[in-house]
Amino acid sequence: MLKWAQTALSRRSLLGGGVAALGATSICTSTTVAQQTHSGDHGAAASAVKSGDVAPAHRSAHGSMITVGAVDNARNGFDPTSMLTDWYTGELSDLPDGRKLRSFEITVEEKEIEIAPGVMFPAWTYNGRVPGPALRAAEGERLSIKLINNGSHPHSLHFHGIHAARMDGVPGAGVIGPGEEFVYEITAKPFGCHLYHCHALPLARHIHKGMYGLFVIDPDPARHPDHLEVAASRLLGFPENARWQELAMVMNAFDTNFDGENEFYACNTVAHCYAKEPIKIDKGRPVRIYLMNIVEFDPINSFHLHANFFDYYDQGTTLTPTLKTVDLITQCQAQRGILEFTFEEHEPGLYMFHAHQSEFTELGWMGMFDVQETVS
Amino acid sequence: MMHEKIDAAPVTGLSRYLWLLLPAAVLAAAIVWLLQANPLQGFNNGAPPVENLTIERTILDHDGLRLLVRAGGSDPMMVAQVQVDAAYWEFSQEPQGPIARGDTAWISLPFPWVLGETHNVTFVTNTGATFDHEIAVAVPTPVATSGSLWSQGILGAFVGILPVAIGLMCYPALRGAGQRTITFLLALTVGLLAFLLVDTVVEALEFASASAPIFQGSVMVVLTAAASFLILMAVGRRRGTPTGLALATFIALGIGLHNFGEGLAIGAAFAAGSAGLGTFLVLGFTLHNITEGIGIAAPILKVKPSLLSFVGLALLAGGPAVIGIWTGSLAYAPQWTAIALAIGAGAIAQVIVEVCGLMSRSNGQGIKALLAPASFGGLAAGVAFMYTTAMLVKI
Repeated sequence: MLKWAQTALSRRSLLGGGVAALGATSICTSTTVAQQTHSGDHGAAASAVKSGDVAPAHRSAHGSMITVGAVDNARNGFDPTSMLTDWYTGELSDLPDGRKLRSFEITVEEKEIEIAPGVMFPAWTYNGRVPGPALRAAEGERLSIKLINNGSHPHSLHFHGIHAARMDGVPGAGVIGPGEEFVYEITAKPFGCHLYHCHALPLARHIHKGMYGLFVIDPDPARHPDHLEVAASRLLGFPENARWQELAMVMNAFDTNFDGENEFYACNTVAHCYAKEPIKIDKGRPVRIYLMNIVEFDPINSFHLHANFFDYYDQGTTLTPTLKTVDLITQCQAQRGILEFTFEEHEPGLYMFHAHQSEFTELGWMGMFDVQETVS
Repeated sequence: MMHEKIDAAPVTGLSRYLWLLLPAAVLAAAIVWLLQANPLQGFNNGAPPVENLTIERTILDHDGLRLLVRAGGSDPMMVAQVQVDAAYWEFSQEPQGPIARGDTAWISLPFPWVLGETHNVTFVTNTGATFDHEIAVAVPTPVATSGSLWSQGILGAFVGILPVAIGLMCYPALRGAGQRTITFLLALTVGLLAFLLVDTVVEALEFASASAPIFQGSVMVVLTAAASFLILMAVGRRRGTPTGLALATFIALGIGLHNFGEGLAIGAAFAAGSAGLGTFLVLGFTLHNITEGIGIAAPILKVKPSLLSFVGLALLAGGPAVIGIWTGSLAYAPQWTAIALAIGAGAIAQVIVEVCGLMSRSNGQGIKALLAPASFGGLAAGVAFMYTTAMLVKI
């Protein structure tokens, strides 16, 4: 008689209401450390949720569909909120020919980072952070970027820009071994919202491990007399730029069990970081987002803004929008662009943004703008 | 039964215990050295600890999901996040903190599950490893109310007690049977028991494979079955080899233990959402199990048991199905079902041995009786009947 019960169960690949799941072992270097550090966090996080006398702000929008706990930003060495406005502008100097030289230094470091509360990921980082530093330069400047490889694998910097083949950061042209250094010398062009990433092989592993960052080249107003004001508003440090609230956002994801599918999606690495700590926006000033998608394993990612529309500059290489008045854009891997919008006419409040692949959203890639009358 | 003689050294009681101190001391010294000096450090190649998580019980109610997980890693494990259908959900763990090897914890999620649909739960540990658990069909986990106990009891009676009772009702008709018929019926009993033995062992091993690795499922099943067999053999032969009513009682006990395991599995199917139990299937079970009653009746054809004995035998063989369904519907962990089935397998093996013994003794032919045409015919008929009627309930 057991046949019936057994068949009914096995038909749904299930036996006895319990399935033994075999463990996938992840490849990370010092999990003991991870477990020790986590044991403190988790208890606190779980009890905070349980006590529940004051519901956290994000619960109003997400109910209980969210990761539990908080990430230790101090241990990670980077904070998603400060990363939004943390531009690496390098050292500026003058060249004999009168041009400007901007020098950067980037060090490769292998590091365990906490990508979601309690979940450690063995990352390969540029300057100890994922995404790597958001480089920012002005159109036409000479750039000198020194890469120091303190990792255990070959690495490189491959810039999306216009440059010589020998500066391309591919094997044979700027991929350097452990302990080596290389200086990439390129000219900042074309202006736009670009990226850099490691182009050592295998590519997918090097990218997915965290080796990518924004590479923003601001337009030189002098070269764009037709769009002088727009160009000036994009040039960091110019008075016209000061009133803009500029945010660096990198849509990324992590495959923590190395099965070729991502377990966590995020904007700037930490799942749900801007849901738990909404981004403060001054409603009187316009917002400009430098957005890029570097998600590995999924063909596409997207950005959807709630209760508002924006203009979009695909790759940022134009001074007039490539898409006007949209509330959703899609980006394939390495695609990037500039979003411009304002909350001037809106009432203050929490305005959500997220990928409109619900799966990505629910696996961590969503956040909130906290629009306020004046940001203190 | 085997008896071995061991040459014991002529040592006195006290010195014998003193000698035990030596191996204990060596073991203690080895443990201390291993922990203190860490001589196996050279094996530490930077690989993460091996992790394993088995989901043993799944409870669905109006508060959401509750899952009992058992850790089986080389180190204590930490459940860092939990997904349901590829979305992270708040959860609470009881008890909190890392789950030591072999320990269990309840994970509760306020998840709004959808009746009749499939949900997938994924546990993410702090190393990023994931463990998946499918809730094949989401239905509320049965709770023991008088209503549900009653309807499950009816089902148990139909698949357990009723067929045995119907089989036993053939008793008056078989009473006047000759030796050949009795041999045929006893062989039929052996055939059906052989079918049940194979069936039970296979089921037990399948449930065992779904249980946490720490229980070493298949070894556990074999050892439990062997222990059950030996204990019942020993108990059964305290006053010589069982015959007549005693043998019938042992057959009923073996079938009853088997039916308990089956009841657990049916109950587990309810808990897992396999709800559509049609009338046809229930009748199939009933037909399938009728031979069990004939088998119980076979050894008592030459004695005159009281009516109460028949009631007792029917309840002993069929009643456990009811208890099994009640227990199984509460979604107990698979290792318990495996153990129950293994005990049943041992009991069935015992009665096979005893019925074969009875057949070989019955007309003084010894082992030849087992090879007579009536015996062969009965054996084949028993197996064939069980196999054929099993087709009725095979989906």
